Amino acid sequence: MTRGHSLGTSVAHLDEYASAETPIGRIDPRAKLLTTIAFLVAVASFGRYQVLSLVPLALYPIALIALGDVPSGSLLWRLLLVSPFALLIGAFNPLLDHTPLGTFGPVHVTGGWASFASIMLRFVLSVSAALLLVATTGFDAVCAALARLGVPRILVVQLLFMHRYLFVLVEEVSRTSRAFALRSPDRSRPSMRVAGTLLGQILLRTLERAQRVHSAMICRGFDGEVRLRRELRWRAADTAFVACWSAFFLLVRSHDLTRWLGTAISGAIG
Amino acid sequence: MSHHLVAFEDVTFAYPDGTAALRGVSFRIHHGESVGLVGANGAGKSTLLLHLPGILLPSSGHVRVGDWPVTAKTLPQVRRSLGMVFQDPDDQLFMPTVGDDVAFGPLNLGLPSDEVEARVAGALERVGATHLRQRPPYKLSGGEKRAAAIASVLSMSPDILVMDEPSANLDPASRRRLIALLRSFEHTKIVATHDLDLVQDVCTRTIVLRDGRVAADGPTAEVLGDDALLGGCHLERPLRMQGCPRCGPRK
Ligand SMILES: Nc1ncnc2c1ncn2[C@@H]1O[C@H](COP(=O)(O)OP(=O)(O)OP(=O)(O)O)[C@@H](O)[C@H]1O
Ligand SMILES: [Mg+2]
Repeated sequence: MTRGHSLGTSVAHLDEYASAETPIGRIDPRAKLLTTIAFLVAVASFGRYQVLSLVPLALYPIALIALGDVPSGSLLWRLLLVSPFALLIGAFNPLLDHTPLGTFGPVHVTGGWASFASIMLRFVLSVSAALLLVATTGFDAVCAALARLGVPRILVVQLLFMHRYLFVLVEEVSRTSRAFALRSPDRSRPSMRVAGTLLGQILLRTLERAQRVHSAMICRGFDGEVRLRRELRWRAADTAFVACWSAFFLLVRSHDLTRWLGTAISGAIG
Repeated sequence: MSHHLVAFEDVTFAYPDGTAALRGVSFRIHHGESVGLVGANGAGKSTLLLHLPGILLPSSGHVRVGDWPVTAKTLPQVRRSLGMVFQDPDDQLFMPTVGDDVAFGPLNLGLPSDEVEARVAGALERVGATHLRQRPPYKLSGGEKRAAAIASVLSMSPDILVMDEPSANLDPASRRRLIALLRSFEHTKIVATHDLDLVQDVCTRTIVLRDGRVAADGPTAEVLGDDALLGGCHLERPLRMQGCPRCGPRK
């Protein structure tokens, strides 16, 4: 398999780890979705220079990894894949923002570096929470939960199809590039002109595929609505899950747990 | 019985780029008939089949399915009575799991939940794919995909079953299972294929297409025994009807 293939499939199909056998797997998808949203809001609400006070929030993804039996290696790999975006957003802060914030041992910390660290940390936290939602729930169950919580059907359908055909698209790309590689052994990558043609080919094939899929759908009575049958049962444990985590996020947001912990520990030692 | 009839009346069709794919096709298929549609690559088989559920509408001429002429207005009724299995199962399996895919049609028909469940279980059972129910379609082998695609159509209990190249990519055992399945389907069926042995096993009647026209239409044994006709259409007798290479030609 080409690298493009394994990479694409690994992004597309994180949810192969989703299983109902773990404590997290048994939680209602809606509960996990709501908690994830609360988590994202909490992460986003921190000030731009806050770094250390964000750290306790990491308990949530860590708990999901541990209780949901998610292989952390594959999660890290996916985090790495998307991290260039965050780097791009945060990279200029240290150069532009020289607000002195104080000294940390021998190092003078400027606002730029603090906000850079804050952006990176927030990025890692939010992306891993979103990935973990999919990994512990399954993409289709997340979509069913979205629909049940009132997200417009058309959006949910789009998401479902994106997820289903990402794989096919990636396969199409890797087939095309393999066909190129086999017939041009001396070149490692296509020239601009050839690349344009290849891309056009892929686009055309994708369009054609979309048309055929649509035909197959209307043949079976598709009327614009995809009816997913997922039994969602909300239990007391789900309420507790959402309530406890939300309370924890609020606590982290309103009290600086890191400093409090630090004082407690140094108090205990000293 | 006149319903479940499928009729083409002098149908012509040209693709938007000008390729004339059908040039005046007429035939009439009655209830319960099983028809093999054969012909060389590019003869127009797939194009013809796409006219049945009205995915393509004829440039001229008429198509009739069951009690309805196929026009833009009657498409919902036509599609309800017709089950179409496409050439590439990846086009047909678009839901997250095989079970969802098989339930897609019945749910669109607005059936109650327990009826949907019964149909899904029944269809999967018939194609021997019960164990695939929770699997995502993109992880299946070619033959398993094919089985799932057939189940997704059977679950709608169609009166007319239409298949494009159903035996492509199947291993011999799966091909046998497919043949048994097709034989057990008692309604009208239309199968486009290059697998003439399958035609011989399943179809009582064979229509041969050549360059968008009907070159022959008759009982399977007669059509598949006509070497001159087959040769002219890039076809060969089914292996079973050929002589044994050791014992000499068949008498
Ligand atoms: N989307 C299209 N646009 C233009 N021409 C097309 C299109 N699809 C098919 N054709 C042309 O129409 C003719 C009939 O094609 P069709 O796919 O029906 O053949 P077929 O009998 O199914 O062949 P095969 O056995 O290879 O599947 C061919 O000449 C083909 O080139
Ligand atoms: Mg074809």
